[in-house]
Amino acid sequence: MKIAITTSGDSLAAPLDSRFGRAPRFLLLELADGSFTLVDNRQNLDAAQGAGIQAAQNLAATGARALITGHCGPKAFRVLQAAGIQVYTTPGAPTVAAAVEAYRAGRLQPLAAADVEGHWA
Amino acid sequence: MKELAIVSGKGGTGKTSVTASFAALAGGRAVLADCDVDAADLHLILAPTVVERQPFRGGHEAVIRQADCIGCGACLAHCRFEAVRMAADPEDATAPPRFTVEPTACEGCGACVRFCPVQAIAFPERECGEWRRSETRFGPLLHAQLGVAAENSGKLVSLVRRQARRQAEATGRDLILSDGPPGIGCPVIAALTGATLALAITEPTVAGEHDLERLLALARHFRLPVLVSVNKWDLNPAMAAQIEAAARRAGARIAGRIRYDRAVTTAQIRAQAVVEGPETGCAQDIRQLWATVLEALNG
Amino acid sequence: MILAIASGKGGTGKTSVAVALAQAATGKVQYVDCDVEAPNGHLFLHPAITERREACLPVPAVDAARCTGCGECARFCQYNALAALGTNVLTFPELCHGCGGCAKLCPAGAIREVPRRIGVVESGQAGTVRVTQGRLDVGHPAAPPLIRAVKRQAGADGLAILDCPPGTACPVVAAVRGCDALLLVTEPTPFGRHDLTLAVALARGLRLPLAVAINRCDTGDRQTEAYCRAEGLPVLLRLPDDRRVAEAYSRGEGMLAARPEWARLFRQLPAAMATLGQGGAP
Repeated sequence: MKIAITTSGDSLAAPLDSRFGRAPRFLLLELADGSFTLVDNRQNLDAAQGAGIQAAQNLAATGARALITGHCGPKAFRVLQAAGIQVYTTPGAPTVAAAVEAYRAGRLQPLAAADVEGHWA
Repeated sequence: MKELAIVSGKGGTGKTSVTASFAALAGGRAVLADCDVDAADLHLILAPTVVERQPFRGGHEAVIRQADCIGCGACLAHCRFEAVRMAADPEDATAPPRFTVEPTACEGCGACVRFCPVQAIAFPERECGEWRRSETRFGPLLHAQLGVAAENSGKLVSLVRRQARRQAEATGRDLILSDGPPGIGCPVIAALTGATLALAITEPTVAGEHDLERLLALARHFRLPVLVSVNKWDLNPAMAAQIEAAARRAGARIAGRIRYDRAVTTAQIRAQAVVEGPETGCAQDIRQLWATVLEALNG
Repeated sequence: MILAIASGKGGTGKTSVAVALAQAATGKVQYVDCDVEAPNGHLFLHPAITERREACLPVPAVDAARCTGCGECARFCQYNALAALGTNVLTFPELCHGCGGCAKLCPAGAIREVPRRIGVVESGQAGTVRVTQGRLDVGHPAAPPLIRAVKRQAGADGLAILDCPPGTACPVVAAVRGCDALLLVTEPTPFGRHDLTLAVALARGLRLPLAVAINRCDTGDRQTEAYCRAEGLPVLLRLPDDRRVAEAYSRGEGMLAARPEWARLFRQLPAAMATLGQGGAP
């Protein structure tokens, strides 16, 4: 099963990026064997609005079944939910590896709804 | 991180004047953000030294390549925003008409680009203005200038706020003071979403009352707590009281009043915050208001 | 003649001037409130509203049964108002600009446009003045489509006075476009002057004939007058700061209720505006 973690870096040691819509990339991890790929998310840098919506579609296309990030707004959440992607937030995890560790240990709670108000734009 | 958004509904009630004084009173603790991006005035008091400026790009605009255009008019037929102009060819009366896109009306939807039968329409990114990070005597200021007649003011407001947040994190500050725009449309929505608290500055007039009511409805829509302050309250004390009563019924808290004083204009002309000038009753009122706002932010 | 009244800075007196002009002008007069986020003219004119129409924006509705999951609609939309997850296409109508592109391009014909209410347009009479106003639904972000709908209701003959929103962004552009002349109302303060320069740049960018009105002209400083002189901007109206006018305003009474003798200042405006050249050059 693949899970995605938002990050600005390029490895498991990289810091977790707490943003979803405007995170530079996702680290897409295959839980079974620990291999990963990096998925670019920078189409959103100049998005006039709805960056989270674009990011969610972007993520849905990767086949990820879960997302770990810092916060998730309502529009992004709606798309992720429709795509069947479980969203976990962990604003406190310093690195991708720490976030994955917390996830594997069952310490992360899945979101039932967006945890922050959307940015209008 | 706490963010105070200073809004009003009605224009001209004193948002920027109050923000400038709050900046002075915050003792360097705050990052300042001027979110009134298409008519920004806070810098006129704060005298910023610009440290960083970046172009702001938002969306696209349609540009018809005249050399490729066959004059079929499909663009005009598809445009919902009255942005396509048709004019007779000035040099040849028998030639097909010329079509051009008016940049100030184009909303960058891309319909004409998509449906042009000969792909004669370019769709470049639109440069809508500039945002700036500056140093001021009260702390860092994030501000912007939206290009004349440009779109995407909401996006620029969001960008200014994001940069203010970054600056606060980078400098170990925990408070953002945002000077908001008038109205209740997308730049105001962009200034309010995710803020900790809104302070609505109004005036003791029927227009102030009417527009405040709409603003409070908007804040309720976003479940944002609101403090209300009637500025120039002594111009019509009965109206001031009426507005406060209605605001309470609408779920807002009354934070205090500010009396009318020509010193506000004098201070503006001197490029000073009111509280930097002589200690008038009005300056006292603003200090008291700041104390109440701080308590609400900390509480 | 379509005469737009704008400002740059809020609170300079656009509505006060627009209302006074509507009341003082002779012949067929319309007051059109284009400040749809915060319409105030009705507070002074007290029109008897006889027509009320919902204003709607056409937004996409996707027929899942017909959708083939090609994703073209989501790729086309510049505003992310559509999110395609296979054949499950989500719509975000609050982000939609109503361009109609998605419905037209869908290869399966699975998208139709449905009306989404954004506000109301109302009309009625206030004495001899016909009043038309728009009111944006609270929470709806975009004013321009409603402003265009309000302007479409404005009649073609006589004098139409457009009371415009503050600022210089797209709501103002939607309001002032196509007017015959633009009057910028300002106050002689640093904020007023600064925002006036932005509004003048807007007016010149739109190539609109332009004049200035200075409200509370005996307060503040001399910079605004100096700026107008330097830029060749005709100042067609100067109104002093007047406590009685301010008090009347606070009660919902127009300028002319407190100062009826000012009517002649407003009466001469339309003819003076009609003779303006483009861009403010006298």
